[in-house]
Amino acid sequence: MNYIHLTYSDLILPALLVVMDGALSIVLRLRLERQLAIATLRMVLQLILVGYVLTFLFAAVSPLWTALAAFIMFLFASREIVARQKRRLPSIWGYGLGAACMLLAAGTVTMFALLTQLRPDPWYHPRYALPLLGMILGNTMTGISLGLDVLTNSLVRERAAVEACLALGGTRYQALLPIMRDALRSGFMPIINSMAAVGLVSLPGMMTGQILAGVEPVDAVKYQLLIMFLIAGGTGLGTLAAVVGGARLLIDNRHRLRLDRVST
Amino acid sequence: MLTVSGLKRLHISVSFDLQDGECVALQGPSGVGKTLLLRSIADLDPNEGTVKLDGTLREAVPAPVWRKRVTYVAAEPGWWSDSVQEHFTGWDDALPLVTRLGLPGNCGPWPIQRLSSGERQRLGLVRALMLRSRVLLLDEPTSALDSASAAAVECLIAERISDGTSVIWSTHDDAQARRVGSRVFVMSAAGAIEENRL
Repeated sequence: MNYIHLTYSDLILPALLVVMDGALSIVLRLRLERQLAIATLRMVLQLILVGYVLTFLFAAVSPLWTALAAFIMFLFASREIVARQKRRLPSIWGYGLGAACMLLAAGTVTMFALLTQLRPDPWYHPRYALPLLGMILGNTMTGISLGLDVLTNSLVRERAAVEACLALGGTRYQALLPIMRDALRSGFMPIINSMAAVGLVSLPGMMTGQILAGVEPVDAVKYQLLIMFLIAGGTGLGTLAAVVGGARLLIDNRHRLRLDRVST
Repeated sequence: MLTVSGLKRLHISVSFDLQDGECVALQGPSGVGKTLLLRSIADLDPNEGTVKLDGTLREAVPAPVWRKRVTYVAAEPGWWSDSVQEHFTGWDDALPLVTRLGLPGNCGPWPIQRLSSGERQRLGLVRALMLRSRVLLLDEPTSALDSASAAAVECLIAERISDGTSVIWSTHDDAQARRVGSRVFVMSAAGAIEENRL
């Protein structure tokens, strides 16, 4: 494939745009310059590191190393889900629920794509498995964390309504259904918006990357469509599992609302 | 008969019996735990102890079934839908009670936001009365009402009591406690109850 090679020195000029953001923050007293500097530094280090890690993994094509990389990605994604919650479930349950939902959603969907559509040889080839998993994890994580956030916040805000239903003999599912629906809608919204806007408002990063790397746009579009379908499926599965699991944790077997299990 | 034995929730520790068709007034300073006690009997909060209805353990029946028999009515009822009638399984059946408590018969489609706190309190009570529960746990059911509306509520509950419904009625009004209760439980800051027979 023909593409324009970049050196690290080629990145110096574009990096000045971030310096411009920092200057704006100082002039407008936004107090974002420290966060911006840390985020930029993290991004540079993380991406350079992942570049070398992926180079090693692609050369090794080892099931063990690939599984380890996937495991670490799952761990960080679970941590990120918990970190994004305004009101959190107790640490072990919060991490456990996040990890289980990610595993169920992103794991299932990635395996599905690897085994049925892409069929690389071997099927766990890290060149396909890891980027695919990364994209699905990143998007599924957004759906799961939004769903859980709306669930816990709504339960705190609508406590009187939920308990009124329970006090009148409603089951936990009857009492929580309106809130669970809201949480699911919130979880689905980013991928729906993304699917509606793609191609018109935005060109997705993966597709752009492939085109820049010399892939024919029509072929890049096929890959992007596959990814979008996988992300939609993973988001649906993951958000549903997270909302149902979260609701189950916050209402006990005696159909009692347990907001004592939520920390702020 | 409702039997409460060694019921513990936070600082509360109580035991008592409530006969069929009996009303007990529950009094005590604000924050002493009256609401906690009523919620615990309804099994809305985790608690310890034995609670039986006619000898049947609370844990022997599913919680929703228990709460249809032993129903807690909050002082400020919650609402999960937009309009009044969406909170009733049979709005037409509820209408006689609604009008009897001084609410207009056409309030079914009204949005909940339109209701005053007194209207909400009366509608919350009617919603619970429609269940025909064996035991009603009323948490300050007339706290937001004028004297005429409060009298209408007392009259309606008195009829239910004469039909065999048992009631625990939490109130800060001494005169009301004496009017509605055959006994008065006074709750102390230590979470115990002292019984005054009238």
